[in-house]
Amino acid sequence: MKERLPEFTTLSSRPIERLYTPSSLEGFDPGRDLGEPGEFPFTRGVYPNMYRGRLWTMRQFAGFGTAADTNERFHYLLKQGQTGLSTAFDFPTLMGLDSESPRARGEVGVCGVAIDSLRDMEVLFGGIPLGQVSTSMTINSPATVLFAMYLEVAVKQGVGLEKLNGTVQNDCLKDFIAQKTWIYPPDPAMRLSCDLIEYAETEVPKWHPVSISGYHIREAGSTAAQELAFTLRDGIEYVEQCVKRGMKVDSFAPKLSFFFNAHSDFFEEIAKYRAARRIWARTMKERFGATNPEAMRVKFHTQTAGCSLTAQQPMNNVVRTTLQALSGVLGGTQSLHTNSLDETLALPTEESVRIALRTQQIIAHESGVANTVDPFAGSYFVEKLTNDLEEESLEYFRKIDAMGGMLRAIETGYPQREIIDASFKYQRQVETKEKIIVGMNDFTVENEKPLETLRVSPEVEARQVKTTREAKAKRNEKAMKAALADLNAATKTAKNLIPFIRNAVREYATLGEIVDTMKEEFGVYKDPGHY
Amino acid sequence: MERKLRILVAKPGLDGHDRGAKIIARALRDAGFEVIYTGLHQTPDMIVDAALQEDVDCVSLSILSGAHNYLFPEVIKQLKEKGMGDVTVIGGGIIPAEDIPELKKAGVKEIFLPGTDTRDVVKWINENVTPRKI
Repeated sequence: MKERLPEFTTLSSRPIERLYTPSSLEGFDPGRDLGEPGEFPFTRGVYPNMYRGRLWTMRQFAGFGTAADTNERFHYLLKQGQTGLSTAFDFPTLMGLDSESPRARGEVGVCGVAIDSLRDMEVLFGGIPLGQVSTSMTINSPATVLFAMYLEVAVKQGVGLEKLNGTVQNDCLKDFIAQKTWIYPPDPAMRLSCDLIEYAETEVPKWHPVSISGYHIREAGSTAAQELAFTLRDGIEYVEQCVKRGMKVDSFAPKLSFFFNAHSDFFEEIAKYRAARRIWARTMKERFGATNPEAMRVKFHTQTAGCSLTAQQPMNNVVRTTLQALSGVLGGTQSLHTNSLDETLALPTEESVRIALRTQQIIAHESGVANTVDPFAGSYFVEKLTNDLEEESLEYFRKIDAMGGMLRAIETGYPQREIIDASFKYQRQVETKEKIIVGMNDFTVENEKPLETLRVSPEVEARQVKTTREAKAKRNEKAMKAALADLNAATKTAKNLIPFIRNAVREYATLGEIVDTMKEEFGVYKDPGHY
Repeated sequence: MERKLRILVAKPGLDGHDRGAKIIARALRDAGFEVIYTGLHQTPDMIVDAALQEDVDCVSLSILSGAHNYLFPEVIKQLKEKGMGDVTVIGGGIIPAEDIPELKKAGVKEIFLPGTDTRDVVKWINENVTPRKI
């Protein structure tokens, strides 16, 4: 039979056959490998009725300029029917630098909101009842500090910490592998991540203290299987570290959350989410002896793939995002961010964010896909992909285990190299048109009209620096310094650092001051610069 | 025979998006250039020091954080101050079209936008960069 391509492959170069039949699923046992939704191994979903009970949380990531600018966007999004908040911080904040640091020049408020001290956090969440919304904060290396600030805002609002609901990303491992907003070397970074997990377990029990993230791994150029494997292996590393501290998996693991990318290969993505649930459930049960089903469930956030969007003919990005979002929903995501069409060019405008949110609402209320649970179960093709992705992940687990775990694998540069190789291979496939990107390497147009994009005013930097200087002038310098000295002393012990960080935050020590205090003991990480 | 061109692939600014920089570094290396990659989170003076130490002919800046309007001209200014004003500076990343004229005025010779074919970058360098006389 003549076919239009010599070989058919997924986006991640997985070969795909002409037809899948019962013989593709040899050894497959639906009772064992799928089970019922809401039951082990959770392949079909984490709840028995999924979106018939409650739709996924529509959670658009937002942040730019000063805290006041972003607070206004938050109020706008809530008014548009968004059901959770998600905070994007600027690069100086992600790197633990104050806005007045020379290294922050040109970056303040550009890619997210600038937060220097508790004062900014109070403004960021002004008029938003923290006991009623759920908030996600994408922050990693200085996660402990931003988390402490959030707790202090809640205290000032009179909201009990037991009522707080949300997520802090706090995933240092994927930072070394892919996102690269690192500060401290791997071992102290891991300690801080686990301090937060440990503290939240008792003090902020509804909170998700880590979002184990594949999103950035995929954006850095990994395949679907690498995203799945490295993310879940990172998860194993956190569990091992927490168990070493004497924490009980049945107690802390229910609050671990995950974050995946929704890329363009529709079926491969759906299979990826299904495989994630099954692998994690089996891992928690068999490797860690979990008995609480809650501790075996992968609950995850999904974001459509920023790296799939094109600067050329950007309106087409709405279509890409729709298909990706649909895969996330059919894969059973708990919350979703849909990218805006202009995000390869700048931060999104209010209009493009609204279209992105409407995309989710159309999927939820018009397409009918939320009416039943896991509609692809039993598809020879989807089940085969799910099995294959599981098998490939387990193979990666074996390799990384043999290296002594993920921290050690990171030190040798193993996951980083796997990702660079995959991204380079993909680039070649695009350049030779083995993979077609519509509007970019085929179906192009000449002389496109540029889009109107959002610009962050350069005055933001000056305004932010001024605000922080004023906040610093008002604080009790002696109490602030004492809090930092206590923190410094605590870094030299095995004590959980969160109470010390909270004390410093409460005295309006800045993010940069707190981060620098911990650098004295922990040191800093330098990019090995492999390519 | 002319010596191989030496190119510094540099990542100014605080963003961790090094996928593009690494792809460019590999593509340039595969095209036969001598490539030095700085790694992430470089300040302008770190980049200029590396350019000086490595005697490069071209500095290729990659940035996706939006801070290019400050950082690119700053690198060029410091290169000039160190007597390296003849080094060719090019850039790439998420750079709005309306920023390009100003960046070129500041001395950036070419800007490569998302979707660029690495072979076009190689071709541009071959046609526009010559070894500096050191």
